[in-house]
Amino acid sequence: MKLDDKLYLVRFNTDKLNHIKIADQAVCLKCQDKPCTRICPAHVYDWDDEEKRIAVGYEGCLECGTCRVGCPYGNILWGYPRGGFGVSWKNG
Amino acid sequence: MENFDVIVVGGGPAGLSAAISAAKAGMKTVVIERGDYPGTKNVMGGVLYTKATEAVVPEFWQEAPLERPVVEQRYGFLSGDETILAGYRDPAWAEPPYNAHTVLRVKFDRWLAQQAEKAGVMIITETVVEDLLYKGDNVIGVRTGRAEGDLGAKVVVLAEGVNAFIAKKAGLAPQMRPDTVAVAVKEIIQLPPEKLEDRFCLEPGQGATIELFGDSTQGMMGTAFIYTNKDSLSIGAGALVEPLIRSKWTPNDLLEALKAKPYVKRLIQGGETKEYLAHMIPEGGYNAMPKLHRQGVLVVGDTAMLVNGLNREGSNLAMTSGKIAGEVAAQCIQAGDLSDQGMSLYEQRLRDSYVVKDLYKYRRLGQFFETHPHFLKVYPEIAANAMHQYFTADETPKKERQKQIVKMALEKRSKSGLISDIFGAWRAILK
Repeated sequence: MKLDDKLYLVRFNTDKLNHIKIADQAVCLKCQDKPCTRICPAHVYDWDDEEKRIAVGYEGCLECGTCRVGCPYGNILWGYPRGGFGVSWKNG
Repeated sequence: MENFDVIVVGGGPAGLSAAISAAKAGMKTVVIERGDYPGTKNVMGGVLYTKATEAVVPEFWQEAPLERPVVEQRYGFLSGDETILAGYRDPAWAEPPYNAHTVLRVKFDRWLAQQAEKAGVMIITETVVEDLLYKGDNVIGVRTGRAEGDLGAKVVVLAEGVNAFIAKKAGLAPQMRPDTVAVAVKEIIQLPPEKLEDRFCLEPGQGATIELFGDSTQGMMGTAFIYTNKDSLSIGAGALVEPLIRSKWTPNDLLEALKAKPYVKRLIQGGETKEYLAHMIPEGGYNAMPKLHRQGVLVVGDTAMLVNGLNREGSNLAMTSGKIAGEVAAQCIQAGDLSDQGMSLYEQRLRDSYVVKDLYKYRRLGQFFETHPHFLKVYPEIAANAMHQYFTADETPKKERQKQIVKMALEKRSKSGLISDIFGAWRAILK
C-alpha cells in the first residue's frame, strides 16, 4: 500500500499556522544525506531540487517528533500544533 | 490566575493515573490535554496490563472499552521467507484477574479521562502547555497557549509523552538521541471477528499478540508486532532512528516489508487498512532515564523514558509511575514540603518498584545489541537454517545432520564469537 493512500485515511484538523520550521535552508543545501526526507513516517519533508530547499508539508504531520531527532544538524524546529489542531486519531 | 493543587500536563495513561490518584487523595487536580479530548493524540502498539490498570481503576474490565484479553503471546523469528515460532497460551488469561488486554487508545484514554472526571479531576482540552511558571527557583504553575492561560499549582506532573518539551526546558529530560529513540508506524487493519479468531485459533472474544524479531525489522534493533483487536489487527514495525537512517529504510517501507512476509501476509489477507499511525518510543532504558523530580515537579511515563522494550511493557510503567506520582504529590502538599528533597520520595518509590528495577536489570541491553548485532541478523539466519536442516527428511543420518548444523553455525559465527555472544546475552538479559 502506498504511503499517500495511507495518509489519506488520517483525520486532521489543519491549522493555518505552520508548526514546523527549517531553521536555516543553507544547512540543508550542505546536508548530503537529507535523512529527514526518509525518516519522517509521513514524508512531510521533500527536497525541492528546483528551489534547492527542503519543502515542508506540515499539513500531513503525524506529530511523532522523529524529524527533530533525525536531523543531524538540529535544523528542524518542530513543535506541537496549537491546541485542538493537527492530527486527530480515530483509533490510536 | 486559577490555582490548583496539582496540574498534570498530558492526558495519556501516565497523566490520567497521576490525576486520579491525586484527586482521590483530596487534591484539586487538573489535566491539560492538547487534543480534542484525551486519546486523540495518543498512540501505542496496543497492550494494556491488568495489574497496573487495576491499581488505578479497580475492576476496570467491567466497563472499560477493551478490545480482547490476551490469552496467547507468540514470538516469531523471521529470516528471509522462513519463520521460527514459539509461544505460550493460557485460557485462564481470558478471565479475571486477566494479564493484559489489547486496546485502542482513542477509546481507552477517553474512558480513563471520564474516570478521572468522576474522581473530581478537571480536564482542559485543546490546550498546549508552553512552559512552567517560576517564582524565583520555585515552580508555581504552567503557562498555556491560551490567552490569559496561566494556571497555578503546588505540584506539576509532566506526562507530556516522549517529546518531553517542558521536561527538557526544566532540565528534567536529556536531549533525545537517534540511538536511544525508535520510530514505529502502525496500521489498523479491519477484519471480521470470526476471521481473526480462525486465523489465530481463538475462542470468540479472546485475543493474541505476536512479537516478531530478525528480518521483521531488517536486522535493526526495533519492534514488530501484530495484535488482535475486536474487529481489526494492529500491525506495526519500527526501529531505532540511527540504524534506520543509516540503512536508508523509511518507516513505511519497513512496515510494508513486514506485511509482505509469507507468515504475516496470510494473517492480514483481505483486511482493509483503516488508519496509519506513527509514534516515537523511548528505548534508552535505565541509562537514559532523566532526573525524575525537582522542586514542585514530577516526571512520569514516556517523558521519563520508562519503557521496557524487551518485554514490550510501557503502558504499565506509565500507569504505575503516574499513580505513584499522584500519591507523592498529595503527600508532599499535605506535608508542606515541595522541595526537591521532599519530592525525591517519588524516585525512591519507583526504584523500589518493578518500574526502575526492570529498567536497571536491562540497563546493558541497548549497548549489547549495538556491540552484538548478530543477534538481530545472523542468529535468526543460523536458527532458521538449523531448523530447516533438522526437519528435512532426506535420508541423511541424524548424526551427520547434527554435524552439518554445527559446521553451518560455526561458518556464520566463530566459536569464540558464539561464546562471547552467549555470555553477553546472559549478562544483558538474564543476570
